[in-house]
Amino acid sequence: MKRSRRQFLKVASLSVLGLSAQLAGGAIVSAAEAPAYQPNEGGLKAGRWAMVIDTRGFETAADFEACIKACHQYHNVPNIPNNQEVKWLWTDKYEYVFPDDVNEHLSESVRSRDYFVLCNHCENPPCVRVCPTKATYKKPDGIVTMDYHRCIGCRFCMAGCPYGARSFNFANPRRYLDMGAINAEYPTRMMGVVEKCTFCVERLAKGQLPLCVEASEGRILFGDLSDPESEVRKALAENFTIRRKPSLGTQPGVYYII
Amino acid sequence: MIEKVLKGSPKYYVWLAFLGSLIGLGAFTYLFQMKYGLAITGMSRDVSWGFYIAQFTYLVGVAASAVMLVLPAYFHHYKKFKKIIILGEFMAIGAVLMCMLFIVADMGQPQRMLNVMLHPTLNSVMFYDMLVLMGYLVLNAIIGWVTLECERHDVEPPKWIKPMIYLSIIWAFSIHTVTAFLYSGLPGRHYFLTAIMAARFLSSAFCAGPAILLLLVFLVRKLTGFNPGREAVQTLTKIITYAMAINVFFFLLEVFTAFYSGIPGHAHPIAYLFAGHDGHVDWITGAMWIGATLALLSLALLIPPSLRDNEQLLPWSLGILVLATWIDKGLGLIIGGFTPNPFEKVTVYTPTVPELLISLGIFAVGFFVISVLWKIALDVKKEAGHF
Ligand code: SF4
Ligand code: SF4
Repeated sequence: MKRSRRQFLKVASLSVLGLSAQLAGGAIVSAAEAPAYQPNEGGLKAGRWAMVIDTRGFETAADFEACIKACHQYHNVPNIPNNQEVKWLWTDKYEYVFPDDVNEHLSESVRSRDYFVLCNHCENPPCVRVCPTKATYKKPDGIVTMDYHRCIGCRFCMAGCPYGARSFNFANPRRYLDMGAINAEYPTRMMGVVEKCTFCVERLAKGQLPLCVEASEGRILFGDLSDPESEVRKALAENFTIRRKPSLGTQPGVYYII
Repeated sequence: MIEKVLKGSPKYYVWLAFLGSLIGLGAFTYLFQMKYGLAITGMSRDVSWGFYIAQFTYLVGVAASAVMLVLPAYFHHYKKFKKIIILGEFMAIGAVLMCMLFIVADMGQPQRMLNVMLHPTLNSVMFYDMLVLMGYLVLNAIIGWVTLECERHDVEPPKWIKPMIYLSIIWAFSIHTVTAFLYSGLPGRHYFLTAIMAARFLSSAFCAGPAILLLLVFLVRKLTGFNPGREAVQTLTKIITYAMAINVFFFLLEVFTAFYSGIPGHAHPIAYLFAGHDGHVDWITGAMWIGATLALLSLALLIPPSLRDNEQLLPWSLGILVLATWIDKGLGLIIGGFTPNPFEKVTVYTPTVPELLISLGIFAVGFFVISVLWKIALDVKKEAGHF
């Protein structure tokens, strides 16, 4: 409290100083001249981003571990050892990931395998529909992401998401992070806000693919669903794929090759 | 009229001081929550709404119930209610305040609450819920105050208050309907996803709210000798009885749909609440059975006219009813909605002590406000000779 007030005073006085220096030099940039927002030149673009997970390629715990670690480490996702945990990418059994789609005589390999779970970046996302502050929003390219600074922590989005994809920072997440070893390129979150997988929107903007896709060594595909030539469209055309809870009409953007 | 707050018996002050200490305790615990976050509650990634939101939902019903007095009085010119209407309106004010506090207590970032107004989001039901709650608070405050002022001067209320009163009738229905929409519009939450949610909310509100009101009125009668009028009590009890019967009926409709259709997702939450799911039988199962038993018992005590009109028995019947509806809405509704979770797994939710202390503090705020407002109203009535 005290420290932040002192910091505030410092910043405030510095900016006053700076402002008067600028005034003296007559160099105030008018708002009209300030550059408007420009998307990054080298960023990846798509009409509709989607992910195709080839579940046949993931068998051992180590297969999953590499992807989960890549995601969680880069995004500073804390490891909280109770049911108030935060997770962006994790795994579960078939019967839990596709609870509407189980039959008693499912093949043993399908039943016993694990499956990746993450936010589906739905086409009609209920989480966006219910958010009272637009903290959760859908980008034109289909990515559902959020503004942590606007989130009020009402958790309406958690109630709205039928896929259990969202986590809430019940406590200060920094308490569960090794602050000496965090990734300085990505912000840590604060207490009281919701978070989830963002399809690595910040990496796409830099021309890079999502981390889990990179770490999966070809077993997770990522691309533009609106482009018939894209890798994901080809994979969908050639394989039998399913999505989670299709009957709800949310149109998930994550497909599973079984 | 404000000065009436200040002149009271020692008992009145002891009562306020008692509530004040509970408020202090709640506020102190809330400071802890501010520091450590909602981690001090029993909520989890799976059960992400808990006791706070459940109490908010219950109290919206209590607030809406004032309409059960206003509607007969102004729509059907049922004069017998005129004497206690003001008490209902003032209770609604206390209830709405508690609702708002429960929402604040439930927020992860309460200091950003204004975002709801700064970025009005027309697709979010929460935005409308905020609007209707605030509107209802203002309506009841104005109507209550103006009519009381007129009662004090023994004049007819001004003409412009009439349209407001009619508006408040529609508004009362809207606050609970919109609150039901918070839940019934959520895909994948089977217990919430039902078109009858708003109707269930209203029926349970229209029995529980007036029942609480009557209980408080009985208490006041004992303490001050204020007489609500025998006929008013009997009529209100009939309303309560019908509303409770409809409430139970609506719940049975849910049970039929869930189990006769045989759709697992729809059956699981009810099964979890009453019998456990997937090997989990938790404390809520016992609570739900108690709730169901009390609900039927309250009907058995309220439907036969001889028992219903027995003033010795009535407070007990009403108390049982209040407890039954509270278990249904203040516990079962939220837990059933979030359990099993989207993965069809069970995560047990149990409110923690800090969570309960904060809730207690908020209830104390509500009772404080209601006590003060009722004190004013009753003093005015006494002076005007309307006791
Ligand atoms: S999976 Fe859930 S959090 Fe992700 S976009 Fe869909 S509804 Fe929103
Ligand atoms: S918790 Fe945050 S992101 Fe979720 S609905 Fe509320 S404001 Fe929106």
